[in-house]
Amino acid sequence: MDLKANVPSGPIDTAWSRHKFEMKLVSPANKRKYNLIVVGSGLAGASAAASLAELGYEVRCFCYQDSPRRAHSIGAQGGINAAKNYANDGDSVFRLFYDTVKGGDFRAREANVYRLAEVSGNIIDQCVAQGVPFAREYSGYLANRSFGGAQVSRTFYARGQTGQQLLLGAYQALSRQIAAGKVTMYPRTEMLDLVLVDGKARGIVTRDLVSGKVESHAGDAVILATGGYGNVFFLSTNAKGSNVTAIWRAHKLGAGFANPCFTQIHPTCIPVSGDYQSKLTLMSESLRNDGRVWVPTKAGDNRKPRDIAEGDRDYYLERRYPAFGNLVPRDVASRAAKAVCDEGKGVGPGGRSVYLDFADAIKRLGEGGVRERYGNLFDMYERITAEDPYKGPMRIYPAVHYAMGGLWVDYNLMSTIPGLFVLGEANFSDHGANRLGASALMQGLADGYFVIPYTIGGYLASTKLAKVDREGQDFKRAEVEVNERTKRLLGNKGKRTAMSLHRELGKLLWENCGMARNAAGLRATAARIPELREEFWSQVIVPGSGSDLNQALEYAGRVADFMEFGEIMCLDALERSESCGCHYREEFQTEEGEAKRNDAEFAHVAVWEYRGPGQAERRHTEPLTFENVHLAQRSYK
Amino acid sequence: MNVVLMVWRQENRDTAGRLQRIEAKDISSEMSFLEMLDVVNERLILAGERPIAFDHDCREGICGSCGVVINGTAHGPRRGTTTCQLHMREFHDGQTIVIEPYRAKPFPVLRDLVVDRSALDRITAAGGFVSASTGSAPDGNAIPVAKPKAEAAMDAAACIGCGACVAACPNAAAMLFVGAKISHLGLLPQGQPERWMRAEAMVAAMDREGFGPCTNVTECAAVCPKEINLSVIARMNRDRMAAVFLVARRSPRGDTA
Ligand SMILES: Cc1cc2nc3c(=O)[nH]c(=O)nc-3n(C[C@H](O)[C@H](O)[C@H](O)COP(=O)(O)OP(=O)(O)OC[C@H]3O[C@@H](n4cnc5c(N)ncnc54)[C@H](O)[C@@H]3O)c2cc1C
Ligand code: FES
Repeated sequence: MDLKANVPSGPIDTAWSRHKFEMKLVSPANKRKYNLIVVGSGLAGASAAASLAELGYEVRCFCYQDSPRRAHSIGAQGGINAAKNYANDGDSVFRLFYDTVKGGDFRAREANVYRLAEVSGNIIDQCVAQGVPFAREYSGYLANRSFGGAQVSRTFYARGQTGQQLLLGAYQALSRQIAAGKVTMYPRTEMLDLVLVDGKARGIVTRDLVSGKVESHAGDAVILATGGYGNVFFLSTNAKGSNVTAIWRAHKLGAGFANPCFTQIHPTCIPVSGDYQSKLTLMSESLRNDGRVWVPTKAGDNRKPRDIAEGDRDYYLERRYPAFGNLVPRDVASRAAKAVCDEGKGVGPGGRSVYLDFADAIKRLGEGGVRERYGNLFDMYERITAEDPYKGPMRIYPAVHYAMGGLWVDYNLMSTIPGLFVLGEANFSDHGANRLGASALMQGLADGYFVIPYTIGGYLASTKLAKVDREGQDFKRAEVEVNERTKRLLGNKGKRTAMSLHRELGKLLWENCGMARNAAGLRATAARIPELREEFWSQVIVPGSGSDLNQALEYAGRVADFMEFGEIMCLDALERSESCGCHYREEFQTEEGEAKRNDAEFAHVAVWEYRGPGQAERRHTEPLTFENVHLAQRSYK
Repeated sequence: MNVVLMVWRQENRDTAGRLQRIEAKDISSEMSFLEMLDVVNERLILAGERPIAFDHDCREGICGSCGVVINGTAHGPRRGTTTCQLHMREFHDGQTIVIEPYRAKPFPVLRDLVVDRSALDRITAAGGFVSASTGSAPDGNAIPVAKPKAEAAMDAAACIGCGACVAACPNAAAMLFVGAKISHLGLLPQGQPERWMRAEAMVAAMDREGFGPCTNVTECAAVCPKEINLSVIARMNRDRMAAVFLVARRSPRGDTA
């Protein structure tokens, strides 16, 4: 597997400008001769589809929701980072780059991260121009707030609905291109396979989720912006439809899968309330700006929170990490919450939660002040739990949130399959082993607005592309496979629902490949998953037919892919004999219980290659070098 | 708790539907409404029956996918709350719950509770944007926006496009949806150059899609899960009247703002 990162040589701060100049261009008149396929209409997909169409390319864009505006990005709450230094507090492109590399625990590629920081300011400008109603100061200028893992205030936000507003901006730009006839939008359409012709990505096979019709789309390049795979755990903060299907099918055709075991567990989510639970709700990290996290000092203290005196409370983040306090990065905060709960100090039913308390903030800012900052989040908490967070502390617990792993891409965001580009959460590129808050929105939009419009031109202008036709045999073969799979799912006469099997898989992974992992647990789980997969294929019942709207069928197809993918997650976690960022191997910790990296052996990206059914995947590595941020033990003390 | 569901079942857009009675036993009051439907669907699948189709995705009240009519009210009994954020504690043991799809001519039923809301996307495509191509933007702080304006724009921009307003309106009007977008962009300096053209184009698209007129019933704002204010409709009408007036005199583009 060729893992050439194609990073321009020379100084990092001019690498992207030089690269943009050196890449070949497609002339304006020729752009309309190219057909591009964009799968996904989240921040990454919508921004890419709109920008490419503005340039003159012919674009087809796909999403499984009934409207592109409903992509999972819509749910992002807290904010988006940019190195504008409007706060005059010492921020710079280099500092954002530095924080992101360090926050990712030195497992990301420097050059990509630098570029991300470099274009971050343009993203804010672009979104403002589109009419995104960012929060403002009384001066009329843009407001900022702080997020975890940073000591500067660089997060832009639109109340607690930042993702919604950014996505609506991108959706509206996309809509303009749809009206102009430059983008053809296919909502309620699921990509079920990728098609390669002569080794290059040349199309996809889709299923119309209303009519059930399976068909092919041919193009000159394929862009996957299909989001993250956190739902492999069943319970996560992701939208219910978020899946691994698109990137997994591409993986099975040769796209390397990077760092599949890197999944972010977010520290502040509403705890599980019962076994019918269908998803977990995030309480934005921005709340840690003003909320203080604590548990009772004494295990088993079940007095009401307001009856517990200050002296009997352990503000454990402030105690353990005085420099960053409640704003330590997510992996650190999540593990600390797990640790206090494991010690029996957790609160609420089952003792699996901690308090996030706003009493001090309400004293300082007044209830109105807190409402202005977090009103919609407080309302959401109240709606779900029937408890009023203005009166007592919230209860929170970590939950699966974000996939740092994803398809491997080079500096041009191209996967190991020529012509297959991967953007947003679906790729692995920028966040290493832990993503900082407010950086996913930044990355999705950087990829879509400011990276792919250049790099895809470089590919198209320098590649000879034969004419392909969706009636060709490569397409027909892929369609047959898709149809057979559907038939197999529907033909089963089993006893279990896809959801019950999915829950079982999720629980296994949460317990063994979640916040803490060890070799024995990972080995056992990697062995158990193939059995569970067998059970899935022999036991699952999928009602209805393939030729109409059938949500049970859609879901079962996604679960089938999770059943394969989960195994690779465990193997990846097992092979990485170190702790880094979210990946906490109990065998590798410092005396204080922090993650202990092993840079000598593991300063690399692990990339998995699929080698056929029944064959073990092969692990490759892309070495990471740190020339601009020096490898150091992460410390937030 | 036990509840009785009367659920709309319909094969596809070309067939007639009917209400089906389904007993939902042993439901926890802590479940969300959609989790209750999940449980019912699991049981239907195990019993060899077809599960109830309903749209949902984020389950956090923000994507606008969900939305059904519960006991006659779009998104159900709790104000300012989407179907996915509604919890069973709002209902009582033994209650009968009637669940129907949005009913409006521009929203054909595709199956059970799933409707086609693509008309709303077409209205947006007609003009619900600022034509700022990627790369052309000045610095974000080059255009200050007074805080009250920014806040008012955000209030309107909070619309999740769920279509409840249409379902609640006896005329199937989409005024609250369209007014929200026209207000969001029209309140901001960035939205000024295309303000009149936008109002014209979006209203024309709305009419073309078959949405009805506004007769001040105000049901739309009552069911809106984001509590979008009726004033957005007044603003839409103002902008649209201004557009007609200005268009009669000059080009609809830019310079009249
Ligand atoms: C609750 C929550 C809050 C968050 N808050 C923040 C925040 O404050 N700041 C921040 O930076 N990040 C935040 N994140 C993370 C961030 O929202 C996501 O990482 C980001 O939005 C992902 O964008 P995307 O474009 O890559 O993918 P998505 O938005 O997930 O879009 C995926 C798209 O692909 C389509 N798709 C998927 N599979 C298929 C298929 N097989 N066929 C066809 N189409 C398909 C979908 O329809 C969708 O259009 C948050 C995440 C969550 C869950
Ligand atoms: S499912 Fe997203 S708003 Fe209800």
